Amino acid sequence: MYASNFNYLRAGTLAEASALLQKNPGAKVLAGGHSLIPLMKLRLASPTVVIDIGRVPELRGISLSGGALTIGALTTHAELAASAAVQDAAQALSEAAGHVGDPAVRNRGTIGGNVAHADPASDLPAVLTALGATFHITGPGGRRSVQASDFFKGMMNTAVGEHDILTTIEVPARAAGQGSAYAKFEHPASRYAVVGVAACVIVNGGTCVAASIVLCGLTSTPARAKSGEQALVGQALTRETIAAAAGKVGTDLGSDVLGDIFASAEYRAAVAPVYVRRAVEAAASRAR
Amino acid sequence: MSSRIFGSGIRRREDPRLITGAATYTDDLTMPGMLHAVMLRSPHAYAKITRIDTSRARQAPGVIASYTGADVNLNAMPCAWLPPNSSLKIAKYPTVAVDTVRYVGDIVAVVVAETPEQGYDALELIDVEYRPLNASLDPQKSCAPGAPQLHEDVPSNLAFQWTVSGGDVDAAFKNADVVVKERIVQQRLIPNAMEPRAALAKWAGASGELTLWNTTQNPHILRYLTSVVTGIAEDKLRVIAPEVGGGFGCKIPAYPGEFLAIFASRKLNRPVKWTETRSENYQATTHGRDHVQEVELAATKDGTILGIRARSWSAMGAYLSTAAPGIPTILHGLMLSGVYNVPAIKEDVYGVYTNATPVEAYRGAGRPEATFIIERMVDKLAAELTMDPVAVRQKNLIPKFENGHSVATGLTYDSGDYPGILKKLLDHVNYEALRKEQAAARTAGKIMGIGVGTYVEICGLGPSQVASAVGFQGGLWESAIVRVHPTGKVNVFIGASPHGQGEETTFAQLVAAEIGVAVDDVKVVHGDTETTPMGWGTYGSRTTAVGGAALVLATRKVKEKAKLLAAHLLEAAVEDMDYDDGKFFVKGSPDKAKTIQDIALMANLSWNMPPGMEGGLEASMFYDPPNFTYPFGAHLAVVEIDGDTGDVTLKRYVAIDDCGPQINPIIVEGQVHGGVVQGIGQALWEEAVYDANGQLVTGSMLDYALPRADRLPNIEVLSTVTPSPHHPLGLKGIGEAGTIASTATVYNAVMDALAPMGVKTLRMPFTPERVWRAIHAGGKSGGN
Repeated sequence: MYASNFNYLRAGTLAEASALLQKNPGAKVLAGGHSLIPLMKLRLASPTVVIDIGRVPELRGISLSGGALTIGALTTHAELAASAAVQDAAQALSEAAGHVGDPAVRNRGTIGGNVAHADPASDLPAVLTALGATFHITGPGGRRSVQASDFFKGMMNTAVGEHDILTTIEVPARAAGQGSAYAKFEHPASRYAVVGVAACVIVNGGTCVAASIVLCGLTSTPARAKSGEQALVGQALTRETIAAAAGKVGTDLGSDVLGDIFASAEYRAAVAPVYVRRAVEAAASRAR
Repeated sequence: MSSRIFGSGIRRREDPRLITGAATYTDDLTMPGMLHAVMLRSPHAYAKITRIDTSRARQAPGVIASYTGADVNLNAMPCAWLPPNSSLKIAKYPTVAVDTVRYVGDIVAVVVAETPEQGYDALELIDVEYRPLNASLDPQKSCAPGAPQLHEDVPSNLAFQWTVSGGDVDAAFKNADVVVKERIVQQRLIPNAMEPRAALAKWAGASGELTLWNTTQNPHILRYLTSVVTGIAEDKLRVIAPEVGGGFGCKIPAYPGEFLAIFASRKLNRPVKWTETRSENYQATTHGRDHVQEVELAATKDGTILGIRARSWSAMGAYLSTAAPGIPTILHGLMLSGVYNVPAIKEDVYGVYTNATPVEAYRGAGRPEATFIIERMVDKLAAELTMDPVAVRQKNLIPKFENGHSVATGLTYDSGDYPGILKKLLDHVNYEALRKEQAAARTAGKIMGIGVGTYVEICGLGPSQVASAVGFQGGLWESAIVRVHPTGKVNVFIGASPHGQGEETTFAQLVAAEIGVAVDDVKVVHGDTETTPMGWGTYGSRTTAVGGAALVLATRKVKEKAKLLAAHLLEAAVEDMDYDDGKFFVKGSPDKAKTIQDIALMANLSWNMPPGMEGGLEASMFYDPPNFTYPFGAHLAVVEIDGDTGDVTLKRYVAIDDCGPQINPIIVEGQVHGGVVQGIGQALWEEAVYDANGQLVTGSMLDYALPRADRLPNIEVLSTVTPSPHHPLGLKGIGEAGTIASTATVYNAVMDALAPMGVKTLRMPFTPERVWRAIHAGGKSGGN
C-alpha cells in the first residue's frame, strides 16, 4: 500500500508532456490516477518517473461538431455521464460512464486513462469499439489516429506506445435511426464488468440496417459479436429476433473466455447472451 | 425531563467530528522523534524458515533497526478464554515467527525506519529462504488422519473439543417421526472495520513508563495483556484508545503489532508507530466464523421439535486469538435452543488449527451460527412436513415469560415474548397476503422467496461468576464514575470503550434522565486507562446492558447524596423531601427548591455540610450483572432471483427487535441497520477465500464483496419492548441483534425462492453463479 520511490514531474502543456516522456525512459503517464496508482501501491508497477498530465489544458473538454463528438482524454467519467451532448450523441457511452466504479472513481478517473490502461473488464473500451471511435495519439513521430478495432491489442496493451500520449477520442454522433445501450453485470466488489455488452443499432423503416455488439469482461480485448450482429441486420427488432441473435454470441466468443473465483468462464459465457439481449433491446428502444 | 430525554431520538454528538474528518485516530497521532515500524509477513501458509538475513535492510536509507524472531524476547501471545473440560491445547503463538510460519501474514521480521515508505522499501531487502510445507485449510479435514500437523504439541490439530448437552438426545431421536439433516458451512468472513489497526508506543526510559495508543475495543484488558506479554507492570502502563473506527470483534484481541511497537520503542527509546495497510488488515487482522456443521433435528409429524444433535468443526486459524475458543463454544452451543422449546440438545464442537489467519469474535460471535442452525432446521422441518415455516415456529415457540425461562442447554433467559413479536411481524407484512403475492408471482414465472427468522441472543456479558465458570480469564462487570462539577456540569468516566456505538450520547441521556441536568451538560469520558475506572470493554452488546447499569446506579448514588444535602440546606427531614426534574424540595413546597446545580455548588464548596458528609458530588459504581440479557426478534426478507443469471435481489427487509426500553430510538435503528446489513453480507456476498496453498484470494476490497447501499432495500425497523427483569432500567442491548437474525432470514428467503426447482441446500454466499448453477441442477445440486 506504499509505492516504491519515484520522481513526480508535472507537465503544463502537451508538448512538455511529450518531451518529458521522451527524456525519461520507463516513465508512466498519470491522468486521473485510478488505474496507475493502485498498481503502484501494490508495487505491481514501480515506475521511476511519473509524469502528471492532469493539468494539460489541451486534453480537456467535450465538443460536438461535424457529426462527431470529440472527447479530451482527461474527461472524467462523471463529466461524460453528465454531458447532455454525450447523452444525445452517444447514449451507450453516457450510460456506461455512469456505471464505472463508484462516485469517487467517476469524479477522478478519466476516459483516456481508462482506455490506455485497457483492463479487459473495463466498460469504456467495449462501448467505444461498438460506437466506432477513433483514438488520436501524439508521439515522437507526430500525430496519428487509430481505429478502435486496432487500438486494443491485448490485455492491458494498446496502440499507445511508451512515448505516446492519447489526446482525444472521437466518437461518431448518433445517426438517424440509431440507438445504443450498455448492459452491465457488475462485480459486487470491484464494480468492473463481469459481463458488459455495448450494443448499437440503426433502424430504418422498421428494419435493422446496421448493428454492432461488443462485449467486455469475457476476453482479453473487447469482443465483437459478429454472428449476433449479422443475425440482426435485415430484421425487424423484436423480442424473438433479438433473442435469436443473442443466442449466437457463444460462437463469437471462442474458447478463451476469462474466469475467476467469482464467475467462471463457463458461467460468463452462459450469461453473456442474456446481457446481449438486454443491451440490444435497450438500444432498439432508443433507436430514433 | 426524565420522561423526555430517555427515549428521545436526539442526534449523536459523536457525528459532527466523525463526518467532518475532525476525529483523531491512532494513525493521526504524531510526536517528535517518532519512528515507524513495518512488518515483513510470510508469503507462505506453512513453511520452515531456513535462513533469514536482514543485513541489507539495515543498511537501507532511514532504517534504524530490524528484528527477527531471534531478536524479540517478548512473551508469547496470550489466549484468555479457556473453555473448561475441553482438553484445550494452546499452541505457542510468538509475536514474530521463529523458525516456522503458519499462515500467509505471519510476521517474519520487523523494520523500524524514519518513514513508513523507507520501511517498506527496506522490507524488500530482507532475504528469507523458506521450505514450504503442505498447508491445511479446511477445519473438518485438518483434524482428520493424514492432515499436516501445524504445532508439534497439538496432535490432529485439535485445539479443543467441547460438548454442550442437555436432555435425552438419544431418546429424542429414537422417538422422532421425522429427522431432518443439514450440512452447514459458515464461511470465513473478514470484519472490515473502516479503520485498520494501528499502535503508537511511547516508552519513557527515565521513568520506566509506557503509553500505548491503540485501536482497541477494550483498553483495560489490553493493558492487562500488555503487562503479561511485555513484563511492564500495569501501574507503569497507560493504554489509550483514541477514536476507534469500528471493531466488530476484530479489535477485541491483542495482536503482535502493538507489542512489537512497544518492544522497538523500549529498545530505541523513541516513540514507534505501526499502522497496518489494508492488505495487512485482510491478511492478519482476525477473521470471523469458518465453521462446518453437521446438524440433525428430530421432530414429531405434527411439527413438534424433540431434539437437536450437531457436530461443529470450528477453524481457529494458525493460533488461538485472545478470545477465540469461547466463540464457537460458550457463545454458540449454549444458544442452540433459540426461541423454541427444544427438550434435548447436544453439540460436539471441535476447535481446529488451520493454516489461515486466526479467527475471533465477529459481530454476533457464535450466536449468528447458533441462530442459523435452529432457524435453518425449522425451515427444513417445515419443508419436510409441507407445513408453513411460520406454523412450525408458532408450534414450538417458548410462551411469553417475564422473569426467567430455562432451556436445555442450562441457560435461563431473562424475559421474552416470542409469540408476540412474531405476530407483530406477520401483521405488519400481512403474511397471508404476501404468500398469495408470491403464488401469483410464481405463476407469472418469477422466482420469489420469503424468509422468516426468529432469534434470541445472549448478551450483556455477563455475571463474573459465570465468566469464571466458562473459562473467560477476566471479570465481566462494568464501572462508572459520575462527577458533578461546582457549576453543575457532569463528567462521566466509564470503563467500557465505545467505538461507534453512540454511548457518548446515550449515556449522557441516562444521566440527564436520572438527575435532571441538561443532556448537553454531561460529557462521557472513555478509552484511557489512566483516567477511567477499570472496565472490561465494549463487545457482546454489553456496554449499555452492563456499563449503562453501572452508570445509572452511580448516578442514583449522586442523587441520593444530593437529596441528603438538599434536606440539610432546606432544614428539612430527608423523609419529607421530594424530587422532580432536577429539583429537590420539601413535599408540598416546590417553589422553595434546591436545583441539582445548587446542590453541586454547595457540595463542592462544602461550606455547610451535614455532619459526616464528604465533600464533592461524585459517586462510582462497579456493577456485576446477576444474569445475561436476552434480546430477541423476528425478521422477514423477500427476495427475487433473476433466473437467467442467478442474481439475488433483496426486495424487502423487515426487522422487529426487542432490546427492552430504548434510550435513543435513532441509535437503536442505526445499530439494527448496520447489523442487518452485515448479516445480509454473509448471506449474499462475503467470503474470505483461500486457495489450496493457503493464499488469500480475496485479499482486497476489489475481490471481497462488502454490502453496498445500492443493493439494499429500505430496511423497515420496528420494535417491541420487554424489559429485562434484572437491569435497573430493563435495558438489554442491540449491537449485534441485526446480524444474528439477518443471515438466516435471507438464507431462508433464497431457499424458499428456489424450492420449486427442487433446491434443498446451498452454500453461502449466494453468488449469482452458485444460484444459477443450483437453478440449472435443481434437486441434483451439490449443496454444501
